[in-house]
Amino acid sequence: MSQPTSPASVQAPPQGEAQHHPIRLYLVVWVWLFILSACSYLVDYFQLVGLLRWSLILLFMALKAGLIIAVFMHMAWERLALSYAILLPPLVLLVFVGIMIIEADHTLLSRLTFFSGS
Amino acid sequence: MNEVLPSTAHTEARPAAGWPGIVSDWSSDRQAFKDVSWGKAMMWVFLLSDTFVFGSFLIAYMTVRISTTVPWPNPSEVFALEIAGHHLPLILIAIMTFVLISSSGTMAMAVNFGYRRDRRKTAMLLLLTALLGASFVGMQAFEWSKLISEGVRPWENPWGAAQFGSSFFMITGFHGTHVTIGVIFLVIIARKVWRGDFDDGRRGFFTSRRGRYEIVEITGLYWHFVDLVWVFIFALFYLW
Repeated sequence: MSQPTSPASVQAPPQGEAQHHPIRLYLVVWVWLFILSACSYLVDYFQLVGLLRWSLILLFMALKAGLIIAVFMHMAWERLALSYAILLPPLVLLVFVGIMIIEADHTLLSRLTFFSGS
Repeated sequence: MNEVLPSTAHTEARPAAGWPGIVSDWSSDRQAFKDVSWGKAMMWVFLLSDTFVFGSFLIAYMTVRISTTVPWPNPSEVFALEIAGHHLPLILIAIMTFVLISSSGTMAMAVNFGYRRDRRKTAMLLLLTALLGASFVGMQAFEWSKLISEGVRPWENPWGAAQFGSSFFMITGFHGTHVTIGVIFLVIIARKVWRGDFDDGRRGFFTSRRGRYEIVEITGLYWHFVDLVWVFIFALFYLW
């Protein structure tokens, strides 16, 4: 009787193990997301400017995004074959950002040179 | 037979760590995403494509903001509200952020209770998530009408660079549409859970197939993604 049930019990752990997290984990992450959001709101409230403002905004943004993807979307417990297939391609967007910064700076320079009105 | 089956299942469940595991999964000639159902894999692929859509919007916004010679309107002031005599910068956006994060929290718990087959709690949490999502859309509608009444248009606004309006309506409009679609799906799934479709194997109206509690997680992936996009919009459009 134990033999027929053994395949099921062997297959069950990967599914069950990945999904049966305690509710506490989600509450902790939730609280952290609240704290991080409050921090990024305070950046604006205290009117921080310059490099400090931008680095803090990006830091809080990255931390929040990481928490949501890793815990809420369960990416931390997926196999690497899926995680890498989903998480690596968006990095190409950073190249796009770089290209468009150069392009936009060029446009700004042209506008200042030719349409400044003086 | 009895001895072979468990051992193969066992080796499949435990991949090699790191890159060797990725290479062996991808080169296994059968299924690259092992113990991930097609529904979940396809939702991830869809979310990846949606990442590029929103990525392009945010990059377009970055480009017009860098290249304009006219000063950009200060979002902190544009989205400020007077509440009980206090001038609070960006307060509505902050509340919207907290509402959407809370909805992500309830969604994560709904997924958890779904896998525990707790029908009642799952359905209630899904409905709560939908309610929070709907209130988010409501606040966004309020924000839109406030800005429109103040004279913001996709082609002009009273405070500075005209591109502010086009970026704002484009980005928040697309995000709001995603939230709205998410709310509709949450209500549909909540109804199915409440009725016990995933316990008694009732066939779906559209697909004629039996659903599983995994659909709660797949819908959850979409919902968390909507929250994720808002994290980026909040940081890059409202705070920058």
